[in-house]
Amino acid sequence: MEILTAQRLHKKFINKELSSFEITKFLLERIKKLDSKIKAFISVVEKEALDAAQRADQKISQGEINPLLGMPILIKDNISTKGILTTCASLILQNFIPPYDAEVISRIKNRGMVILGKSNLDEFAMGSSTENSAFGPTHNPWDLTRVPGGSSGGSAAGVAALETILALGSDTGGSIRQPAAFCGVTGLKPTYGLVSRYGLIAFASSLDQIGPIARDAFDCALLLEAIAGWDSKDSTSCNLKIPNYSKIIQEPLEKFKIGIAENLFLEKLDKNIKLAIEDSLSTFKKLGGEIISINLPHIDYALASYYIIAPSEASSNLARYDGARYGYRNKEALEINTMFSKTRSGGFGKEVKRIIMIGTYALRAGYYEAYYLKAQKVRTLIKKDFEDAFRECDLILTPATPTLPFKIKENITDIWAMYLSDIYTVSINLAGLPAIAIPCGFKDNLPIGAQLIGKPFCEDFLLKAAHHFQKNTDFHQKTPEIALG
Amino acid sequence: MLTKEEVGHIAYLARLEISEIEKESFAGELNSIFNYIEKLKELDAGNIEATFQVFPQDNRFRDDEAQESLNINEVLANSPEKEDNYFKMPKIIE
Repeated sequence: MEILTAQRLHKKFINKELSSFEITKFLLERIKKLDSKIKAFISVVEKEALDAAQRADQKISQGEINPLLGMPILIKDNISTKGILTTCASLILQNFIPPYDAEVISRIKNRGMVILGKSNLDEFAMGSSTENSAFGPTHNPWDLTRVPGGSSGGSAAGVAALETILALGSDTGGSIRQPAAFCGVTGLKPTYGLVSRYGLIAFASSLDQIGPIARDAFDCALLLEAIAGWDSKDSTSCNLKIPNYSKIIQEPLEKFKIGIAENLFLEKLDKNIKLAIEDSLSTFKKLGGEIISINLPHIDYALASYYIIAPSEASSNLARYDGARYGYRNKEALEINTMFSKTRSGGFGKEVKRIIMIGTYALRAGYYEAYYLKAQKVRTLIKKDFEDAFRECDLILTPATPTLPFKIKENITDIWAMYLSDIYTVSINLAGLPAIAIPCGFKDNLPIGAQLIGKPFCEDFLLKAAHHFQKNTDFHQKTPEIALG
Repeated sequence: MLTKEEVGHIAYLARLEISEIEKESFAGELNSIFNYIEKLKELDAGNIEATFQVFPQDNRFRDDEAQESLNINEVLANSPEKEDNYFKMPKIIE
């Protein structure tokens, strides 16, 4: 079976080899056949998808050319879709039908894209394995006994299993990059402020970004072009001209400097991942990269800073789930405070409660300076580390994860094993930088991901480096057996 | 060290009803997490400015013009209890 990317599929649409309706129908059949094993989807919107595909085909036949017209996409279920159930994988929102579209959804609809459904995630995007879903875990298509990573595990698994062509995820501390690495696909967390967060159900507002997950960097570039850019409805949205990413990345790669921080190659790093990263470095050298050693002296404090900032913002953001206006309400309680607490206890899962408890503890009266303020100051130091490093280099290369995909239930009772899975990714959210996870190797048929970090708003160069890497490697073309059957 | 009673108080502040068993497990987990976070004390950040927004934006204002609101029926369709065009809540004032 030919592995379809958005780039190849677009050519087929234009050459009339295949219609959007045909590929949409084909994917819906695949989902029916495969997804009982993978569980990448929380909901499939068959009728809406086929209708959108038909509208796209009509436009294609009228000569409209836009590279995403008629392109199937899977949306993480914490992104609001008008009229389509949006659950955040939580019981508290199990019946929530948004009355409006997120800005990214308006934009992909304007491009004539075809939404196939909503993907599974860790409840409210809190987790690194997609096991914290109220609707059960997603399985890694490379080994069904293993996790797909998280929290955008459904989006990454859906792309890996060829249940969709493209997907959207969200990333607060690694939630796009870690599952992309675990599933052997490509995932980009854009610079904070590049993509509108309007309609993204908030976890930690100063860290959250929506980004593309796809089979390669080229497809990520195409999707980023569609969703990036200023939005008046997001007060943190940056008003910048959006480059033509998919065009720029095809230009030749000039000489560049790639930074390596020795202190990131931890003892705990899986030795197979270390080897794969060293191989990637050789590839980048061949592509004109000069390797330089950089220093990120405060990086060891990133996880501690993150585990104050993210839960603090989350505890405040999740105060809105009180059973008053939408979502689940415990109707036994007649007194209002009891209604609030019974609703929240019944509606939230264990990890969400844990994060709310951490945040409430950190923000309670008298502790603000010791915790939240201190963490935000340390954030400044981490951001400055990267600013200093980027005076010496154009890109930074790190592993995306310290381990290979772990087994389902392996880390569910060990919070530290779970939290450490994001050790390479959280600092990038704290600094607001763009970073991409790309497949860079395999061990025992399990994918390994490299993380490339770029300068703020330099997604063009980041994607370009990833694209040229992929032109010289074939890890991103490998497909799990379950998807080939 | 966080006690079970303190955990109970935090849960109350967060409007979470938790069992005695949960109090115990949260106490253990929160202690482990905040022990790790103690690490931040190694750094002297007294004079460092905090980063609340990585790329600060100026406040942006729009003209004070009426715009279309969300459809009331669609909004209320999500409410657990409603009456006419209102969300219905348990009684607050005696």
